[in-house]
Formats: sequence, structure tokens, C-alpha cells
Amino acid sequence: MAIALLLAILLVILACVYLFIAHPVWFPAGVSAHAAGVDHQFAVAFWLLGALFVAGHIALGISLMRARRRGKVTYTQGDWRLEALWTVLIAVLFFGFNVAGVRLWSQMKFQQPESDAVQVEVTGTQFEWYFRYAGADGKLGDTDAQRFAHPEEGNPLGIDPDDPAGKDDMVSTSLVLPVGRDVDLTLRSNDVIHSLFIPAMRFKQDAVPGMSIHAHFRPMQTGEYEISCAELCGTGHYRMRASVKVVSEAEFKQWVKSKELPSTAK
Amino acid sequence: MEERSTSSTAVSTPGFLRRCVFSTDHKVVGLQYFFLSFAAVLIGTVLSLLMRIHLVWPTVSLPFFGTIKPENYLAFLTMHGTLMVFFVLSTVPQSGFGNYFLPLQLGVSEMAFPKLNAAGFWTTLLSFLILIAAFFVPGGASGAGWTQYPPLSAIANSGPGQALGTDLWLVSMGLFCVASVMGAINFITTTLKMRTPGMDLMRMPLTCWTWFVTAILSLLAFSVLLAAVILLLLDRNAGTAFFVPAGLIVSGKAVAQTGGSPLLWQHLFWFFGHPEVYIAILPGMGVTSHVLSVFSRKPVFGYRAMVWAIVAIGFLGFLVWGHHMFVSGMNPYAAFAFSALTTAIAVPSAIKTFNWIGTIWDGRIRFTTPLLFSVGFVSLFITGGLTGPLLAQPALDIYLHDTYFVVAHFHLIMAMAGLFAIFAATHFWFPKMFGRMMNERLGALHFWITFLGSYAIFMPMHLLGTAGHPRRYSELTGVQYVAAMAPLQKFVTVAAIITMSGQIIFLVNFFWSMFKGPTAPANPWECTTLEWTLPSPTPAGGFGEHVPMVNRGAYEYSAPGAETDYLMQDAPGS
Repeated sequence: MAIALLLAILLVILACVYLFIAHPVWFPAGVSAHAAGVDHQFAVAFWLLGALFVAGHIALGISLMRARRRGKVTYTQGDWRLEALWTVLIAVLFFGFNVAGVRLWSQMKFQQPESDAVQVEVTGTQFEWYFRYAGADGKLGDTDAQRFAHPEEGNPLGIDPDDPAGKDDMVSTSLVLPVGRDVDLTLRSNDVIHSLFIPAMRFKQDAVPGMSIHAHFRPMQTGEYEISCAELCGTGHYRMRASVKVVSEAEFKQWVKSKELPSTAK
Repeated sequence: MEERSTSSTAVSTPGFLRRCVFSTDHKVVGLQYFFLSFAAVLIGTVLSLLMRIHLVWPTVSLPFFGTIKPENYLAFLTMHGTLMVFFVLSTVPQSGFGNYFLPLQLGVSEMAFPKLNAAGFWTTLLSFLILIAAFFVPGGASGAGWTQYPPLSAIANSGPGQALGTDLWLVSMGLFCVASVMGAINFITTTLKMRTPGMDLMRMPLTCWTWFVTAILSLLAFSVLLAAVILLLLDRNAGTAFFVPAGLIVSGKAVAQTGGSPLLWQHLFWFFGHPEVYIAILPGMGVTSHVLSVFSRKPVFGYRAMVWAIVAIGFLGFLVWGHHMFVSGMNPYAAFAFSALTTAIAVPSAIKTFNWIGTIWDGRIRFTTPLLFSVGFVSLFITGGLTGPLLAQPALDIYLHDTYFVVAHFHLIMAMAGLFAIFAATHFWFPKMFGRMMNERLGALHFWITFLGSYAIFMPMHLLGTAGHPRRYSELTGVQYVAAMAPLQKFVTVAAIITMSGQIIFLVNFFWSMFKGPTAPANPWECTTLEWTLPSPTPAGGFGEHVPMVNRGAYEYSAPGAETDYLMQDAPGS
């Protein structure tokens, strides 16, 4: 039985290591400014924790290999020196790892977006994402979903028709961004909690009713990337998708212009 | 158990109801909890099987049910989580085995508050029945997940199961909280006040230490959940707004409430929810320490370090709830503290792992089924535990939060490890509970399937998470990059079907052994602790008039100069 158990542990080590090396599915290529840092920290994590996983299982295997059939067992209640050594070792490893991660978090959360950042308001509703741009005046109009929201009349967010700032607001169902410029998102919701997840940007942020949450990132590559919802929001949660279209600065300007016209005409 | 006994003998034997159903005997109460969980785990497992099948073969039509719709899937998901977390993982290790064996291991025949204890069970049973009833009300069971985040859970028209189904969920949980607090008070008092002479705290078996610390956690954590559940019930039914902010419009209808905070629920829920995972796993850690020592014929390596690690884990468990909320909109500064404290909890966990390996190191290992499951526990604990420090980093958790990576993490560390401890404990204490031995051959076979199956199911889920697969998706077709992961999901489903089928071996072994297994001697495993001084099965009166005198710690195996390789705690000498 000892040998069978050893083989099983060996199988587990090999299969798990193989699975992570072969990784039939894996992170999509990171295309935001902070993605490289995150991916580096992930690599550190997988190597460090993978090594501990293998070491732990090898230790478990050796302890089974050393099992005795007969003869005297060494009577021991423990060993404080070994215990202390192990505790300090693991604490240093884990906290060292933690400090590196905390630095990354500070870079992501406490560096303000550049002043030329694109401002986009993101609203999650059951089961659609809306992205609102301020238009030429640079100001978003007031909203009151309870009074004015009529998805069927082209005003899903309930922009106040009497607020002049709202006249040129553009509402889009996909997030269009210029490459290489920060985007400052303001996340909101009018019904339940949603979560804006853009795997390629290494970005996720809940949209919580009653709160306006700011989060920012900078897309570095043009292309189209999927957005999913990561917080259970009801029966349509699984299909609450949208996309980010990262385009050149010129294309972005053109898109803004094309969107502005019909919006003001309304 | 109850059904069986009531149907066969309730009428013929007067006093049977008093003795075996409405009993205040801790052993009967323990078994009642055990069999209640048996029902819960069967339902919970079937639900997960239905979910796995639906995910990869969505058009399959089930007999008597038809195809599974998204709202069915979410109801299954919510009920699976609730049944497994509350009625299995929080119930069997603590209320089941704890009720049965805490007094016996402490050398007493009764709990401090036997009536409170029995009331705890009946309240739990009522809670269970109310929860199950939710399947049969209009709209079905709640589909908001076992975490029940408002406003989804607060507003009745936010989804099909969000009406009466969610009210029943809340009432059920409220009762469960009350029952858990009753049980906790009883455990704490019994441990502190009832121990037999000589049973110092530092001589207690580690199982008793974990039951004791878990009871303290239950007392504090379930009280908070009770408060949260009551507030949410009021929001739903009395027009209050603890969790509902102003200006909502749900399914086209304006919500009147103003002024609440959805994040308040998350703080309250996880203030309970994180200690809850230790409530689920600490008793399992105790069983693992105990079983590894018994079958290695060696004392627990670093008993004192183990005790302090249990206490440290219990304490730190209350300070880490915010790591569930890194992407919730909570102030990002708070993440520093929660991240560091969560990393800190890895240290006592690592101490325990080190000491488990130290315990079996150079031991004369008896490869019994309980030992196999305990070694499996250590393996799963290492594997599931190591992703903890990773998820504790907010910068990484941003990506992995609410993906299958987290599902894999908590299923390995809490569900599978917890289950392995339950299997170890069942095989280990079966002779004391039922007077017969379970079959070792079937036990080993069951272990192999479950051990390899657990890895086959949950390791690939880590990869789904790294590829960004969000959890709680009822279909894979809504998002393109998710749809591309269907082949790996299919592999997981096949692994799950095989592993779940393997559980039939356990069921057969359990019920066959209960009636036909070989009769067990008083101390079949040659253990040192006091429950093994009694005949098997435990006589109704426990120790009766006899008061055991404890002369030594719980793990005197292979002590130098002793005649046998185990010294009973109450054997004369010092």
C-alpha cells in the first residue's frame, strides 16, 4: 500500500506539473500597460508555489517511503528548532512574495490617470453593458434611471432630457478606446452588482449600485477584446458580454465625430 | 437512521422515541446530525452532477425534469453551495463527530447542556426542510448564489428564484445560525467545565482542541450572519433599506427604497464567511492530526505548536474577510491590511503541514483506510492551500476573482480536504459508533478513486481560471473566449461523473458494514484516547458511574519502556 500511495503522489506531482506546463488554455496575451507587471508576478507565483507544491509532495512521499514494518519507532514529541526554522523560512518566503505584490497593487491603484485620459462612464444593467462618453462639452449629463430610463426609446441610462450637458452625450454598447492613452472608467449600476472583466487588460472591477467607482488602465495594442461579467447578476449573467475596440488616435477621433452627430440630432 | 428506526421499531418498543429520536444523549444527537448531513450531501452531489452535465451537454433532457434552464442552473448552484457549506462541511465534522466524541474523549458521559444540544439538532433539521422546500415554491429556489449579494438577493423581481425562494433561504439560514450558536455554547462550556480529572487542556486530543476553537468561531461568526440575514429579510419584506441604495430600477420597475449599501452586506457576510471556512476545516485538521498519529504509532509532532497553530488560525480567520472584496469597490488601502493578514494565516497552516509530515516521518505506518484519507487530506491541503497566498494578492486577485481558479482553490482546500477528513473520521470511528468494522478493501478502492478524481476534477479548473473563465455561468455560449474552453470543461465533467460514481462504493461499504460488518472489539486501532476504553458500540450510558482518571497526554505511542506501543490516557502510572 505504501508503494501504491507513493506512485499516486508521484502521479499527482507529474500530472499537475505537466498540466501547468502544457496549459491547454491559458492567459490571453496582456495588452494593457500594467499587464506585464501582473504577468511577471503571476510567473513568480507559479514558480514559487509550484516549487513548494512539488517539495511538499516529495516530503510527503519520502515520509511514506521511510515507513517501517517492524523495529523501534523513534519516540519524539517534536523539535522546536526545526519548527522555528520552518516557520521563519515560510514566513520570509510568503511575506517577501506579498511585498512584491503590494508594490504592484500600489502602482495600479494609487497612480492617478494622466490628465488627458479618456473619461468613460460604464453602466451595468441586467444584462447589457453601456459606455457613455461626454461629447464635445466634456461633461456628462445628469441621469435618473427611475424617471427617464427607456431602453426602447434609446435612453437606457435615463439621461435627463432637460440637462444641456447631456445633449451631446454618446452611449455605446462597446467600449472604444484610443491606443496608448489612459482610460478613466466610472463604474455604475442601476439594478444589481455586475463586474466588468477584460481578461486581456488584466482588469476587473465591480459595478455597484449606489456607488461610482473609478478605475483606470491604458490599452497598449490595437485590436478587439472581449468583456465578460464576473459577478453573478441573474439568469443572463453568462451572456452579458461586450467588447473593447482599441483603435488609433485618429480612428478614435473619427468614431467620436460619427457618434456625436446622430446623438445631437435626436 | 431516523427513518429506518422509526419505521421498524418505534411502535413496538415503548420509550423508543425518547431514547433514539427525541433524545438528549449526545451520541444520539451526534448521529442525528450525521445522518442529516448524509441526506444533504446526497442532494448536494446530485445537484453538482446536474450542473456539470448541463454545462457541457446543455440540450440533454432529464427524465422527470426536461432540459435545465439558466434559472434552474443558478438554483442548483445556490442550493449546492448552501447544502455543502452549511449542512455538510459545517455539520458533520463539528456537530456530528464533535457531539458524539467530544464528551467521550474528555472522559464524560454527557454534554453541559443536553437539552440545548437536542434543540440545536431539531432547529437544524427544520432549517434543512425549509431550505429544501424552496425547490417547490413558485419561481423555485434562490438563484443568487450562497453568498446572496444584494440587491440581487434583496429585490424580488430581479430573477425567477428571487421571490419566495430567497425568503425561504434566509429563514433557513437564520434558523441554522441559531442552532449553531446553541451547539457552540454547549461545546465551549463542556470543554471548559466538564473535563474528567487529569484531562488538562494540554492533554486534550487535538480533535477536542479543534472542536473547541471551532465552537468559539461558530459562536462569533454565526451571530453576525444571523444579524445580516435578519436585516436582509427586513429589506425584502418590511421596506427597510440596509442594503438597497436609492434610484434602482429592476426589471423595468422602480425600487422605492433609498439609503442602503450593498457593500455592507458583503462586509457582514464575509465577516461570517471567512471564519466559516475554518469552521468547516479546523475539525478536519484535528481528525487528520489524530489519525496520522494513531496509525504512524508516533506522538503528534509538535503538539504544542499544533495547538497554537489552531488558535492562531481561528484568531486570524476573523481578520481576513476583506480578501473576498478586492474588486468590490472597497477602499483600495484596506487591501494592504487584508492581503498581509491573509498571507499571515498561511504561516500557521504551513506549521500544521510540516508537523503532519513530521508525525508520519519514520513511523511504523499502518496503511488503513483512515490513514489513506488523512494522507490524502495533507496532499489536498498542500495543493489547495498554496493558491491561497496567490489569491491573497489584490493585484493578482483582480484577474482571478470570481473565476474558476477560485472555485478550484476553495473546493480543494475546503470541500475536498474537508470531505477527506470526514471519510477518515467515518472509517476511524465507525466501530465505536456502530460496533462493526468497515471493509478495508472497499475503503481503499474508494480512496483511490476519490483521491485521483479530486485532482482530475479540480486541477484543470485552475487553468480555466487563468484563461479568465468566470464562475457561475450557466451556459458556455454567451462569451466567445469562454465557449472556446468547452473541451476542458467536458474533461472536468467526465472526471466528476467517474468520481461521483465511485462514491457508491462508500455508500455500499457504509450500509453493508452497519449490518454485516465484522464485530468490532473495544479498541480495534489500539488508540490511547478515552472513547476506546468503552465497549463498541458505545453503551447508552457512556462511562456510567466510572470516572476516568487521566494520567498523560493523548498521543503516547511507542513510548520508551512501555509494554505496548500505546499507553491509554487513563492507564495507571505517569
